[in-house]
Amino acid sequence: MTDLAGSPAERAAALADASRAGDRRALARLLTAVENHTAVAEQALRRLYPLAGGAHLVGITGPPGAGKSTLVAALIAHLRAAGRTVAVVAVDPSSPITGGALLGDRVRMQGYAQDDGVFIRSMASRGHAGGLAATSTSAAAVLDAAGFDIVLLETVGTGQSEVEVAAAADTTVVLEAPEMGDEVQAIKAGLLEVADIIVVNKGDRPGAQRTAAQLRAMLAPAGEVHGDRPPAKRPDVLITTAVSGDGVPELVAALDRHRAAGATEATPAARRARAAAQVRAVLVERLWHRLASPALTGETDAALEGVARHDIDPYTAADALLAALGREETP
Amino acid sequence: MTDRPLKVLIAKPGLDGHDRGAKVLARGLRDEGFEVVYTGLRQTPDMIVTAALQEDVDVVGMSILSGAHMTLVPRVLDLLRARGMGDVLVTVGGIIPDDDVEQLRVAGVAGVFGPGTTIREVADFIRANATPREA
Repeated sequence: MTDLAGSPAERAAALADASRAGDRRALARLLTAVENHTAVAEQALRRLYPLAGGAHLVGITGPPGAGKSTLVAALIAHLRAAGRTVAVVAVDPSSPITGGALLGDRVRMQGYAQDDGVFIRSMASRGHAGGLAATSTSAAAVLDAAGFDIVLLETVGTGQSEVEVAAAADTTVVLEAPEMGDEVQAIKAGLLEVADIIVVNKGDRPGAQRTAAQLRAMLAPAGEVHGDRPPAKRPDVLITTAVSGDGVPELVAALDRHRAAGATEATPAARRARAAAQVRAVLVERLWHRLASPALTGETDAALEGVARHDIDPYTAADALLAALGREETP
Repeated sequence: MTDRPLKVLIAKPGLDGHDRGAKVLARGLRDEGFEVVYTGLRQTPDMIVTAALQEDVDVVGMSILSGAHMTLVPRVLDLLRARGMGDVLVTVGGIIPDDDVEQLRVAGVAGVFGPGTTIREVADFIRANATPREA
């Protein structure tokens, strides 16, 4: 096991290098640090981020019970048979009341205890809305840098608008179960819009073919393409039966096709969106940290108090705090 | 950060036919504020320790009704130590004869919980004895 002595920078370097060298214990510890936003995690991410980018990040999302975990297990089996290594980040919700969580996705992903080509990590959402945990993207970057060929990001069971995974992944797979809704569901804005691939799972159930046909029909482009707007995605609609593995080879082929198509662009849109989300999150964190510094905490408290009492509005408060940050920079 | 939730693996080693008790405990510990990883029935010691390692848990709790605890539990303890996780708190729940309880403690099990134990007792024991590790 990696020695955990020394400064945060030294420990970060040791954990990052050991993770890259295949030390699974070090990798697991580093992921814990990432989840807990520690100084070690930040140092390690600085070191690992330039080494990441080789993995195919695949988001798997869809409503509770659609079969996300079972499909992930089927994907692991198929990818391993092809000699590709797989890491999984499986997110389940944290209780808004107690902060506790029941992380049950591993139940469906058994049989790889002796296979170093598979690494499965459960994460609690810890209050983060959007379908992932706040640190899921960073965890995926660590697994990417550790050398896994494919990183599967499984979201919590989602509703209609938890689209964050689309920014976190290169390829977003949205799962639906048969008979989950009528054609109007398919033309609503939200989750289906961000899908690169739509999978109707439980293909052995009656109605699977009809659901897939409805989705294909309703997701076809509605009108002319406007020059100033990106064209709507035209996702593949596939049918799988995750418990038997039917349709999984076709899904893997579709994932590979999507990756290959994205790789021909200079800066694939998904990676740009992910970069924006990551930098924005760090910026917000840094700004809050500075506003809480001894020099500014008085002004920050006063502004928040003012908004709480309805003396000032949130816009005025934000402008005042930005002005305070600017004054601090130019003494 | 000291206020992050403790992470607990609840595992069912061996060939027990049902896991109602383990599920009730997992749910109860969730309500006590723990992050609980549940892995399902019929786990081998190797599966349990691999899950504990990948999840970087603070606690491994095993539920055993089959009577195979004197075989399975020491094997899990050995594997944890071999893989650098000797500092993880290990607890066992189930029907464990008194003579075996002492042997399990000597082998490295921190807590043995028999029938009638409340979830609060288990939660308090974990909070008092687990040490959250920092990277």
